[in-house]
Amino acid sequence: MFSNASNFVHGVDNAFALIFGISLFFLVTLTGTMIYFIIKYNRKRHPKAEQVKDNMWLEVTWTGIPLILVFIMFYAGWEGFLPMRIVPKNTMHVKAVAKMWKYTFEYEGNKESDTLVLAVNVPVKVDLFSKDVLHGFSIPAFRIKEDIVPFKNNYSWFTPGEIGDFELYCTVYCGVSHSYMYTTVRVIDQQSFKKWLANLPEKKADNNLGRMAIEKNGCTACHSLDGAKIVGPTFKGLYGSTRSVTTNGQKRTLIANEDYIKTSITEPDKDVVTDFPQGVMKSYKGTINDKEIQLITDYLKTLK
Amino acid sequence: MSKEVGKTEYVSYLDHQGQYKGIFAWIFATDHKRIGLLYMYAIAAFFVIGAFLGLAMRIELIAPGETIMKPQTYNGIFTVHGIIMIFMVVIPGLSAVFGNFFLPIMIGAKDVAFPKLNRFSWWIFMIGSVMAVLSQLLKSGPPDTGWTFYAPYSTTTGTNVIMATSAAFVLGFSSILTGLNFIVTIHQMRAPGMKFFNMPLFPWAIYATAWIQLLATPIVGITLVMLIAERLFGIGFFDPALGGDPLLYQHLFWIYSHPAVYVMILPAMGVISEVIPTFCQRKIYGYKAIALSSLAIAGVGFLVWGHHMYTSGMSEQARWFFSLLTFIVAVPSAIKVFNWLSTMYKGSIDMQPPFLYAVSFIFLFIIGGTTGLILGSVATDVQVHDTSFVVAHFHYIIFGGMGFAFFSAIHYWLPKMYGRMYNIKRAKWAWGFLFFGFNLLYFPQFIIGIQGMPRRYYDYLPQFQWAQVISTVGGFIVVSGILMMISNLIAGVSKGEIATANPWHGSTLEWQIPSPPSLENFDEDIIVKENPYDYE
Repeated sequence: MFSNASNFVHGVDNAFALIFGISLFFLVTLTGTMIYFIIKYNRKRHPKAEQVKDNMWLEVTWTGIPLILVFIMFYAGWEGFLPMRIVPKNTMHVKAVAKMWKYTFEYEGNKESDTLVLAVNVPVKVDLFSKDVLHGFSIPAFRIKEDIVPFKNNYSWFTPGEIGDFELYCTVYCGVSHSYMYTTVRVIDQQSFKKWLANLPEKKADNNLGRMAIEKNGCTACHSLDGAKIVGPTFKGLYGSTRSVTTNGQKRTLIANEDYIKTSITEPDKDVVTDFPQGVMKSYKGTINDKEIQLITDYLKTLK
Repeated sequence: MSKEVGKTEYVSYLDHQGQYKGIFAWIFATDHKRIGLLYMYAIAAFFVIGAFLGLAMRIELIAPGETIMKPQTYNGIFTVHGIIMIFMVVIPGLSAVFGNFFLPIMIGAKDVAFPKLNRFSWWIFMIGSVMAVLSQLLKSGPPDTGWTFYAPYSTTTGTNVIMATSAAFVLGFSSILTGLNFIVTIHQMRAPGMKFFNMPLFPWAIYATAWIQLLATPIVGITLVMLIAERLFGIGFFDPALGGDPLLYQHLFWIYSHPAVYVMILPAMGVISEVIPTFCQRKIYGYKAIALSSLAIAGVGFLVWGHHMYTSGMSEQARWFFSLLTFIVAVPSAIKVFNWLSTMYKGSIDMQPPFLYAVSFIFLFIIGGTTGLILGSVATDVQVHDTSFVVAHFHYIIFGGMGFAFFSAIHYWLPKMYGRMYNIKRAKWAWGFLFFGFNLLYFPQFIIGIQGMPRRYYDYLPQFQWAQVISTVGGFIVVSGILMMISNLIAGVSKGEIATANPWHGSTLEWQIPSPPSLENFDEDIIVKENPYDYE
């Protein structure tokens, strides 16, 4: 508690301390009273109950005091939170792009990185951008969390205060590899950061239309281009290979030709490759048009 | 009913011969007591299935990486665990089982206002439940969205989302009709001389609950239909790629699903308000405060749904407004706890199993409630939202609260429902396993939640493993406790000692009639007490 990892730690942890303090006080006193009554007024010791009349002032007191306490706790929570929404001028800008199940961080000057590298003591505003479904942007050490919602300009800002590596998690459930969607936030000194950013290569413009279509539709989240087995079969060496599939419960083999690729995109559950689960992939019928399917097929032919 | 049964001759509702025989005497029954038991058998079966699914998740999480299942299977299991436990166990739970069985008796009525509608509600409940089970077995595979069905993931995933949401939609109708039935019953069927403020507190809690069921459930019904329409016809309500808004889904979903939490917990509070006076032999302290705080919780509970969405990108004004209202709704719950404790003061306390469950309810509910304050406060919620802290919090409220209240209720009323008593000693042992195992299972999740362990994670970083191991051990103890409790209750029902009409010396109306009750509950005139908890 009360680390200096970001400028919000103090306000948030103050609210934690206050609420935990009040909660613990009530948990201990109420449970203690209950156990005391259970022992003292046990039927063996106290065979005849005494009827006690309601006391209005007692009831007013135990309504009024909690009411005051909850207002205090509410205020502490609001005070700790409000600065997270007031972004100072002249912050550094980073765009966090989330897609199933990977983050990419885009820096000024058309540069991108898989880890979020930041300079210590430099305020940064992170614009949150999703390519597909809801994702989360959570850095527990910084007390920061905001959902990443497609087509909505959510943001987060903070000033990292300590040099070191911190975890960044996706916190909004986003599908089969949700729990593998995490990366590192690396905070380094300002000199090293300048050097790091300068050495970061510029993003190359992609001019292969087939690969762009694959990238745009997020296919590579499940299908690797380098032969690695992730959620679905790899695209490498796919075209023209012999596939062992299950069709309507029947096992059979077929050759991966143009028709097969089209079926796999529009009706993914029709021919399911052996050893891969059914129902994971949605149909891209209507999302990827015939022209794009042709471009993708042409690109796959080159992936030997 | 048949005319041969004379007014004075007592026949138990379990032995009563109506126009149907065998199993049809049950599934075509309109007697509120038989329908209550039907709900109980179904819900108990679903609860055991849900508990074993939970245990499967706990085994998977005992070590990082793959332990017994693949991620897709895990995602399906936490979804179906949620759907079963929320829609088929805790929402109907107390209200459909004990509300059906005891609400009419406690207000001096022969049955609910619409017995055939009541039977129909149970049928709908079973149809919805079968649909929910089917969604797991159909071709495209179990839904993998979590029980919240958040868009746009739920509108695009390839799994059986339509069947699962249709099931929730159908189950909702059962809830609406039961709520309607209970509201009319309480307004129209009270015994002569019983005014609202002469009713016991369980009927009061059921009354507040019924209004929530009636008013809030249609919203989730419409929301789920919108989701289905979006999947089938591509109408862009929620998916931004089609011009929709994912936050609209979240608002609509929580406008129902937050009040639904009170559908679960208000009847639980009602049960506790019955059990405590009986085992203390004392008039309940602050009768009116408890009765009215149920209505206050039901009313304010409609206005706090936004606290599930502090990090969604909702406007700042909405965030502070929902936070303030959330804190205010905590007050009536606190008042109830103070009243229950004061009822123990100078009482004559008998530590029987129902009372053990009731006091552990109070302890677990204080932990669940105060961790709710952490979640209601915006700054701290940002830290723990969507982490295992939330998982621990709502299990303390739903399982530690509603679950333990259900266990209290079944141990309290079982001798009345079946006319037989279970083994008290074994019941206390089962309670010990459940209480100890429960805390072992869920408490560590608070700690790693604060440290950032996200929820719905199939895999996790090694620094969280210590807590996952403790939780899994706790999971095994909880499941053993559940099995011990259920076997003890079944043994009690089938061959337990014959119970007297009033084994706990209760003061409310259900204890003034024979065990088990006759078909029409009251064969003699009813004496309505001015205060239902009058022991003098």
